[in-house]
Amino acid sequence: MAKLKLNLISGRTIQQGVAMEGGKEKDAYTKACGIIEMDPSDLKKLGIWKGTNVRVTSEWGSVVVKAVEATQGPHPGLAYIPMGPWANSVVNPRTYSTGMPTFKGVPIEVEPAMNEPVLSSVQLVQKKCRGEA
Amino acid sequence: MTEYIIRNGFVFDPTQGIKGDKADIAVKDGKIVKSTEVSSKAKTVDASGKTVMAGAVEIHAHIAGPKVNEGRNYRPEDKLFTYKPKSASSRMAGGFSIPTTFKTGYEYARMGYTTAMEAAMPPLYARHVHEEIKDTPIIDEGAYPVFGNNWFVLEYLKNREIENTCAYISWLLEASKGYAVKVVNPGGTEAWGWGLNCLTIDDPVPYFDITPREIVTGLIEANETLGLPHSVHIHQNSLGNPGNYTVTLDTLKLAEGFRAKNKFGREQVLHSTHLQFHSYGGDSWANFESKSKEVMDYVNKQKNITIDTGCVTLDETTTMTADGPFEHHLTELNHLKWANVDVELETAAGIVPYIYSPDIKVCEIQWAIGLELALMAKDPMRCFITTDHPNAGPFTRYPRIIKWLMSAEARKKQIESFKHGAKMVEATHIAGIDRELSLYDIAQMTRAGPAKALGLSHQYGGLAPGMDADIVVYDFNPEKPHKPEDIEKAFSAAAYVMKTGVPVVINGEIVSNGNKRTLWVKAKVNENPQVMRDIRDKFLKYYSVTQANYDVSSHFVPNPHVIEVDATH
Amino acid sequence: MSKSVTDVICPFCGTLCDDLEVIVSDDGKKIEDIYNACAIGAEKFMHAQAPDRIKRPRMQQPDGSYKEVSYDEAVEYTARMLYNAKKPLMYGWSSTSCEAQSVGHEIAEKVGAIVDNTATVCHGTTLIAVQDVGIPSCTLGEIKNRADRIIFWGCNPCHAHPRHQSRYSVFPRGFFTNKGHMNRKVIVVDPRVTDTAKLADYHYQIEQGRDFELLSAFRVALRNEPLPETVAGIPREKIIEGAEVMKSGRFGIIFFGMGVTQSLSKNHNIDNAIMLTKDLNEFTKFSIMAMRGHYNVTGSGQVLGWQFGYPFSVDLSRGFARYNPGETSSNDLLRRGEVDAVFVLGSDPGAHFPISSVRKIAQLPSVCVDPHITPTSEISKLHVPVAFVGVEVGGNCYRMDNVPIEARKVVDPPEGVLTDVEFLTRVNARLDQLMGGK
Repeated sequence: MAKLKLNLISGRTIQQGVAMEGGKEKDAYTKACGIIEMDPSDLKKLGIWKGTNVRVTSEWGSVVVKAVEATQGPHPGLAYIPMGPWANSVVNPRTYSTGMPTFKGVPIEVEPAMNEPVLSSVQLVQKKCRGEA
Repeated sequence: MTEYIIRNGFVFDPTQGIKGDKADIAVKDGKIVKSTEVSSKAKTVDASGKTVMAGAVEIHAHIAGPKVNEGRNYRPEDKLFTYKPKSASSRMAGGFSIPTTFKTGYEYARMGYTTAMEAAMPPLYARHVHEEIKDTPIIDEGAYPVFGNNWFVLEYLKNREIENTCAYISWLLEASKGYAVKVVNPGGTEAWGWGLNCLTIDDPVPYFDITPREIVTGLIEANETLGLPHSVHIHQNSLGNPGNYTVTLDTLKLAEGFRAKNKFGREQVLHSTHLQFHSYGGDSWANFESKSKEVMDYVNKQKNITIDTGCVTLDETTTMTADGPFEHHLTELNHLKWANVDVELETAAGIVPYIYSPDIKVCEIQWAIGLELALMAKDPMRCFITTDHPNAGPFTRYPRIIKWLMSAEARKKQIESFKHGAKMVEATHIAGIDRELSLYDIAQMTRAGPAKALGLSHQYGGLAPGMDADIVVYDFNPEKPHKPEDIEKAFSAAAYVMKTGVPVVINGEIVSNGNKRTLWVKAKVNENPQVMRDIRDKFLKYYSVTQANYDVSSHFVPNPHVIEVDATH
Repeated sequence: MSKSVTDVICPFCGTLCDDLEVIVSDDGKKIEDIYNACAIGAEKFMHAQAPDRIKRPRMQQPDGSYKEVSYDEAVEYTARMLYNAKKPLMYGWSSTSCEAQSVGHEIAEKVGAIVDNTATVCHGTTLIAVQDVGIPSCTLGEIKNRADRIIFWGCNPCHAHPRHQSRYSVFPRGFFTNKGHMNRKVIVVDPRVTDTAKLADYHYQIEQGRDFELLSAFRVALRNEPLPETVAGIPREKIIEGAEVMKSGRFGIIFFGMGVTQSLSKNHNIDNAIMLTKDLNEFTKFSIMAMRGHYNVTGSGQVLGWQFGYPFSVDLSRGFARYNPGETSSNDLLRRGEVDAVFVLGSDPGAHFPISSVRKIAQLPSVCVDPHITPTSEISKLHVPVAFVGVEVGGNCYRMDNVPIEARKVVDPPEGVLTDVEFLTRVNARLDQLMGGK
């Protein structure tokens, strides 16, 4: 199976903000944040259609999200997961003595994971805390 | 009913002309009463062999609000080695030049200060100022909103509309819960909106086409038309620049021809603040010299002017002022970290740390000038001791300044310790002054004088029956021989402090958080639909908040003490 | 008859819009409509009305499920947890009022806690940079009235601060900017072609994480010193052109966001951005401002500042206040296992901390005070629902430019639901009782 190395950043989107205020336990929040925005050329390199679930892995963890086409691109080589538990499953937690984890500029590997589900925020965090995911 | 009697102290009270006579001070229900009016159950405080004065009144210090807090937050180093843990009656407290609000209240109280005025409140940030005031224990406080660069004021005064200016002042004092009309670098701070400045009183303000001269005279006229308790309180143009004393004299002269009109017993029409920063000669830092004599010769002649000194304390401190362009100038000189905030339609502020080093000639001269002003003052009721806290040094150094003023020996020792002592002496008058201020002079300069200038002489600054029971006992016997250090020690930690009838400090330790009040002035004027329309219009078009969200609600002023003025005529 | 409440403050982001109009049912219980708010703000008000809202505290059971408990039990658990802990972390404070923060600090002082706010994962590095080099800034009204050069560096207000550009920075007509957008040139620096970048006159699509280099390059260009052919993926000519645009304005402003605070170099990026601003003041008037996230994270920094002297990561565990980000900051404390209880109010670290920190919270005695169900509430031992500040209870808040605005109450909270201040005050009183013996 193909794997693609990308540089990950996370941050706010308006959909993330709206869904968060609507309730983080709701589906809308998963739809808004359980995604990875990728450049069309990177989707092509990985050999997947937009809307495919992918597994994102970094030195710090791994998470399944849905790959979508970047709406604020082009940005080949760069991937974007809206801020939330999905992004935070793989970001670099080191603060380098500043207090601030390194939420942006995380080297990741992306691979197709068509048959794996995207968990809801609560499920994801609870499973991670229990060591199940 | 709580009654106290403070017995047998050496009393210094300028309001009654008592100069160190032994007397008893009686207290009933938070007020001073005749000693015959308290019962035999009154609690006795033994002050024999000690000095008794009214609680001191701070007329000018930056102790609450956005720039003070920016100073705290951006200088973690200011807290090093200063923290005191909490106790049964006090919160944990720290900071040196910009102490936390708790420490501010405690330290003032420990020195015998019971009232303090925050010297520059940006009206848009008034809520913040009052939040901090609320969290400053013990001392009564008020705050001066700044008017000298306010667009309403600039527009009204350009057209000489005094009545409209009055109506606007009245509205803003109430909206911001402010105490007096403060002017900082008139016109210059608005010019700073474009990175410019007004360095003389005739430099026009960009776009508004008005001069500092017109702003100051217009505001004096408005202030006296309203009959506010305090006069216009001015930080002049060209602060801190060599040769600025001529600008200072030009500004002071603007008061000529005005007479104080008010029901509070205030006699001045202009208070010139931190005059030390405005009494400089020379035309560069190389030939920088004292012009205190020229300035004080004028001040001594003019009965309608009061001043405060702004004494340099030779510490590492944090300068902060609504004089935005000055702070930019300062950071260019010392290259230390610079914070600035321009406030829409109203004012600006800047902050830069500064080290007044006894090894730098200019700092030594500044030290001398501050003391010279007080030592040359003919009328101690018109000259008040300040450090423009924290600009020339922290207020916690008042005891040291009092020592320097009361002891020529202490001054001599200080001069001898300076690196450039000889050059400093050449550029100043200090070495030739042998005057030593008396405790009575000090009581005038720190109590009765500032209280009168603030229009509060009926309640603060004295020990006459009917006044607030703000009383301080210092462990200092004026009849016994003493060393200069004994003065500083006694004034640093009062033996006993009472605030409105509640003991708050005993043997230099905080015992109660008192019953703190916030002072503000409600000036009633005739209805003025034009000004109300102008206000609505400015909020709709130019402010970034709505008018309905501008007023400081009573929630932020939980224990107000409102001074009312009726200017409807 | 419905009634309209005007001049309502939006408790979402640091833009702190104060011109919302909320239509409320006659009995003052239900919100019917909202005008002037952005999509996020509107959702915030509407969600307060959700029928499935949690109205009583819930305690985690051994099987991981939650059981309803009374507020009395919640107060007892919280007070005992804080009382028994040697070094509790009290985190959040950004989605609540200054009044609540103040009570929280009193508790923290009593129990010797660490108080940290969301700046620790947001603009904490900015605060560190300000401590290094200061910050020349201004209020948002100054931008509206004067600014003709607007730079968005590593921030995307179209998404994160939706009304920022229309209220303050790009479109409004001000006193000296009566042509609005026409008076202004907008520069965006971002590795993506963000919706904000699409609006800009100049977009610098920088290589991600190379902000420090590009900031330095602008400073070099201002001094007319030689530059390499490209810096951070931007050709030299474009850098020189940008520097000229900045210099030639009458009043400029740099707004910056997480793009610079969270990328490697962190506080050093901000140091350099502030120094660029300071340099620009040699040529014209320039300011810089952090795009603060939560509506009252700024207020938390202010209250901490005047009470303890530091804006975030304040350690009170030794009986006096200490501050040392990297040591006394939430994620470092959690990762190193240095705290033995976690109290969260007004934030959601479960969603917004790296998962390694979240795991630690789940293992410790923990309380989450939040009106919503959140990932934090669902891993904490106790979840205490409270009234929404700015919707169901008022209180003071600070905008991103530190301007304080008092939030309004629009409707009543559901019956029996406590406010942050009420809950904290009860915990504080219970702690006094517990400590009476000490």
